[in-house]
Amino acid sequence: MHLVRPRDLDGVLDALAAHPGATLLAGGTDLMVEVNLQHRRPETVICLRRVEELRTFEPGFIGAGVTWARLEHGPIPALAELARTVGSPQIRAAGTLGGNLGTASPAGDGLTFLAAVDAHVVLASTTGRRTLPWSAFLVGPKRHARRDDEVILGVEVPDAAAWPQAFAKVGVRQAMVIAIVNCCVVRPADDDVRVAMGAVGPTVLRVPDAEAAVVGDPTPSAERLARFETLVRDGIAPITDHRATEAYRRHAAGVLARRTLERCLPG
Amino acid sequence: MIVSLTVNGEPRTAEVAGFESLLWVLRERLDLRGAKDACLQGECGSCSVVLDGDLVCSCLVLAADAEGAEVTTVEGLGDATSPHPVQSAFVAHGAAQCGYCTPGLVVALAHLRENRPDASPDDVREALAGNLCRCTGYGAILRAAAEVLGRGDPGAGPVGDPDGTRSQGDGEVTP
Ligand SMILES: Cc1cc2nc3c(=O)[nH]c(=O)nc-3n(C[C@H](O)[C@H](O)[C@H](O)COP(=O)(O)OP(=O)(O)OC[C@H]3O[C@@H](n4cnc5c(N)ncnc54)[C@H](O)[C@@H]3O)c2cc1C
Ligand code: FES
Ligand code: FES
Repeated sequence: MHLVRPRDLDGVLDALAAHPGATLLAGGTDLMVEVNLQHRRPETVICLRRVEELRTFEPGFIGAGVTWARLEHGPIPALAELARTVGSPQIRAAGTLGGNLGTASPAGDGLTFLAAVDAHVVLASTTGRRTLPWSAFLVGPKRHARRDDEVILGVEVPDAAAWPQAFAKVGVRQAMVIAIVNCCVVRPADDDVRVAMGAVGPTVLRVPDAEAAVVGDPTPSAERLARFETLVRDGIAPITDHRATEAYRRHAAGVLARRTLERCLPG
Repeated sequence: MIVSLTVNGEPRTAEVAGFESLLWVLRERLDLRGAKDACLQGECGSCSVVLDGDLVCSCLVLAADAEGAEVTTVEGLGDATSPHPVQSAFVAHGAAQCGYCTPGLVVALAHLRENRPDASPDDVREALAGNLCRCTGYGAILRAAAEVLGRGDPGAGPVGDPDGTRSQGDGEVTP
C-alpha cells in the first residue's frame, strides 16, 4: 500500500493528480470496516484527517471533513438531530458528512438532509472546482459522480437554521442502526415543503407529489395528511432486504413522513 | 513503515504493515492488550481508545494514519496499585463478568467524566450506546458510572429508554 498524508488541500489535489483512483480516507468508519471484514486493499490511500480546509463549517457551507459530533452541536436543527442518531459516540467522533456522501449508501442519514435542502456538492481537483446538485451527484446505490481525481470539498447549503425542519428514522434500536427508513422534512415557507426519504430507493429521493399535496396549507386537515401519507407510500421505490420488506418500508415511510411533516407545521 | 505516536504519555514507534488498524498495532506491536478485538466493525466498542481527545474505535483507525497522534488506552488510566476512579468504581460494584467489554467501557466513562463531569444518568446511557456488554446486563456498570459521575443511582434497569419518553411506538427517533 502506498500512503499519502497531505497536510493541506493542495497536497490532497496533487496526490489525486499523481494517483487518480486513489482511495480517500476520512473517518474510516465505512472504509475500515471494508478493510477489516471484506479485506479491501486499496493500492493508494490518501488520508484526509489532517486537512484543515475540509473542516469548514459556516452558514451556507459544510466541509466534507466535518464530523457528526460537530454537526450534532451545530446550529441546523434537523442536521443536528440526524447526526445524533448516527452510530455511537465513537462513530460520531470519527465519521464525516463527506464520508457519508462518498459511501453514497441509499440509507445514509446525512443524505436526507442534503436532499431536503437541495444541497450542492462541491468537488475539487488540480484542474478546478465544480458544483453538482445532490441529485446529479448521487447516481445510484453506492454510486456517485465524483471523478477519480476529485475530492469532495463539502456541500453548499441554504442558510436553513431558522426553517421549520425535522428528521426521523426507523430502526431496530435507538443507537447503532442503519435506517430501515429515514426522512427529513424542511418547510422554508408555507408554499415550499420538501420531503426527502432514504433507504426506500436506489438513492435518497424526494417525493414531489406528496410535497405538492401539502404546499400552501399550514394547517392541513386529517384527510389531507392521510393523502400525503399515501402519496409518500406510492412515491418511493423500496426493496425487500434483510432489514425489512418492501411492504413494511412503504407503510413505515408514509407514517414517518407524515409525523415528520407534522413537526414542521406551525402550532 | 514506521509510525511514531504518543501512547499513554510516552513516545512510541512501531513497524506497521499495510492495512493494520491502530487496535492491532496497540495489541500486537506495542503489547498493550487492554483494548479488545471483538467485531472489527465499530459495533461493540471493546476497542475504544482516546485519539487526539476523541473517543474512537481503534479498530476503525488506520494505524499509519495515527502518525503523530496522542492515544490513551485503558493501561494509561491506572493500574492495580493506583487505579483510576472509574476502575475503582467498577471493582466496587462488580461491574465486570468476563471482562471483555470492560476496558472499552472504562475508557469511554473516563472520557465522559473528563469532558462532561456533570453528565446525567441519561447522558451516561447515551455515552455508552456504543459499548456492548454481553454478560452483565449493564446494571452494575451503570451503578459504577453513577458513582464516578456523582449523580446518584440511575437504576439497574435495561439500557435504553425505561420510561419511554424518547421513542414513539415504531421506533421513530425523536431525541
Ligand atoms: C457502527 C457503525 C454505525 C454506523 N451508523 C450509521 C448511521 O446511523 N447512519 C449513517 O448514515 N451511517 C452510519 N454508519 C456509516 C458511516 O459511519 C458513515 O457513512 C460516515 O459518514 C462515513 O464517514 P467517514 O468519514 O468515516 O468515511 P470513510 O470511511 O473515511 O470514507 C467513506 C467513503 O467516502 C470516501 N470519502 C471520504 N471523504 C471523502 C472526500 N472528502 N471526498 C471524496 N470521497 C471521500 C472514502 O473514499 C470512502 O469511499 C455507521 C458505521 C458504523 C461502523
Ligand atoms: S472491535 Fe472495534 S468496535 Fe468492536
Ligand atoms: S463482562 Fe462480559 S462482555 Fe461485558
